[in-house]
Amino acid sequence: MLIGLARRLGSMLVTLLGVSVIVFLVLRLLPGNAVTASMGVSAGLLSKAQLAALDHYYGIGQPLLQQYGSWLSAIFSGNLGVSLASRVSVSSLIGAALPVTLELAIGSLIIGELIGVGFGVFGALRPGRTVDNLGQGVSVVGLGVPSFIIGTGLVTFLSSVFHYFPSSETFASLFRDPWLNIQQIFFPSLCLGIGIGAAIMRTTRAAMLEVTGLNYVRTARGKGLSRHAVTWRHLFLNALVPVVTMSGIQLGYLLGGTVVVEQIFVLPGLGRLLIYSINQRDFPVVQSITLIFAAAFVVLNMLTDVLYTLIDPRARA
Amino acid sequence: MNLVEPAGPVGPVSPAATSPDLAAPSSVPEVPAEEVRHRRVLSILWRSRRGRAGCILTGVALLTSLSAWIGLYPYSPTLQNPAAGLKAPSLAHLFGTDQFGRDMVAQVMQGLSVSLEIAVVAVLIAGTIGTLGGIVAGYLGRWTAAVTMRVTDMLFAIPAILLALAIVTALGAGWLHSALAIGIGYIPIFVRVVRGPVLSLRESPFIRAGRVLGLSRRRLLFRHILPNVSGVVAVQVSLALAWSILAEATLSFLGLGPPPPTASLGLMVYNATSLAATAWWTLAFPSIAIIVAVIGFNFLGDGLRDATDPRARTR
Repeated sequence: MLIGLARRLGSMLVTLLGVSVIVFLVLRLLPGNAVTASMGVSAGLLSKAQLAALDHYYGIGQPLLQQYGSWLSAIFSGNLGVSLASRVSVSSLIGAALPVTLELAIGSLIIGELIGVGFGVFGALRPGRTVDNLGQGVSVVGLGVPSFIIGTGLVTFLSSVFHYFPSSETFASLFRDPWLNIQQIFFPSLCLGIGIGAAIMRTTRAAMLEVTGLNYVRTARGKGLSRHAVTWRHLFLNALVPVVTMSGIQLGYLLGGTVVVEQIFVLPGLGRLLIYSINQRDFPVVQSITLIFAAAFVVLNMLTDVLYTLIDPRARA
Repeated sequence: MNLVEPAGPVGPVSPAATSPDLAAPSSVPEVPAEEVRHRRVLSILWRSRRGRAGCILTGVALLTSLSAWIGLYPYSPTLQNPAAGLKAPSLAHLFGTDQFGRDMVAQVMQGLSVSLEIAVVAVLIAGTIGTLGGIVAGYLGRWTAAVTMRVTDMLFAIPAILLALAIVTALGAGWLHSALAIGIGYIPIFVRVVRGPVLSLRESPFIRAGRVLGLSRRRLLFRHILPNVSGVVAVQVSLALAWSILAEATLSFLGLGPPPPTASLGLMVYNATSLAATAWWTLAFPSIAIIVAVIGFNFLGDGLRDATDPRARTR
């Protein structure tokens, strides 16, 4: 078990390193560079010596490998660079935005699991009946309607019919004004939750139906266990592994989705910062946020893997 | 990481009679067998509810963009007429007009066709590279496979839409750049989906027989392995098209799609955010177009999977 864990940790580190190379390469092989990005057209007016000095300042003149090395070592010492647009350190920008995205992600995951597991389990108990059909409907919506359409629709509907739009007020942190904060986080979470919930529901339902027909379930019913005990202890616990897998896969969708949803609901999270920085061509920030999202995804996936071994004794090889 | 294909379980494909070289007696004609198989897949597809819905919805989307392609617009999609701005749907303008008085039918048609073009190019990129990668990772030696899978894992570790965002940022917004960004993000899924069946095909009797007969590796890979993963690839192409349309719409919603005046569904939805409260049609019709295309290709993919792989049949 420990050896397996160590191996996973090792392979995770290799993947993380590779991800950092990809992120570095994608955003470093740009036409133009930090100088033209920060100076704009006026970069053309600089003398050769000024350009060389700026190149040196931004570290552009060095070989690619050396640039990567210094970038990586700076990251490890917690220095993500300085934002080109606002001249503030990238880590402070990200530090302010991260909690918002984290809250949104957790909220969406909770709503997604509630929708997915709820409809999945109760739908599978009576396939083809009302709850199941309702679940199938929600799953089609979650599958086919992009989160930005759900979001835009929701905002339009709430504000035009109920004149209710909590996001129009400045964002309140959970500690300053919990009630307003929950109102502001709930609808974006619902948007993303429906999308994740749809996939989780399909998996839960299929996994439940798979075990429903097995002999041990019949035995459990036959020896007079309560319906509750059969459903949750015998059926659901055995259907849990694919559900956890699917939840892990959906985390990637979730992280990507926060970018869109934060934009619609004006949440000052990482996603909104990312889009703002893309439009400002503020590459240090874009690079760092992409790296953070990717690293979060890799780490969460490893945690999902570890979770298997806790759920399923057979996976403890 | 042992993440599997997000598109659900795809079992090994039965190495059915698709190897002309090794197929039984020459008295049995080969082509009809292929044809029968294809016809059977199509009939199963059409008989399932999901498959039929998928065929119809994708048919509608394809016809719409085809007619946009040959220029069958009711009005020019870029023709502005400020006097007739934000008119509700009527006989003259079935979907109404936007804030500049442009006809929404024409804009939705053009947006859909642009979306589909980008999606098709993206899936061509992802499908070609990903399928080749999957075959290589499944068939060739340990080192090549290990390296391919490592690179795949790394690409897969970056959420696809974020990778697309980063690539578009680096290259700048534009038609081809969107397609490239979306395509690269989907490569790892093709690799994973193709690799599984190839791994089991490699040890199957007919491939071993081919190896013993001294068939070249290229012939084995492209004439014997590739046709046997075509079902899995077809399913994935359909699902990838759905995802690509979604991703394209998302990129253009975020302002990173092809620049105006080309109509784009995502941008239309974005512009509608401030208009929809008074002019519902500006939000409704582009949204419906996106949803029809996304659900259509998703259902088509599901239906194809059910038809080609009986074990994965959804209940």
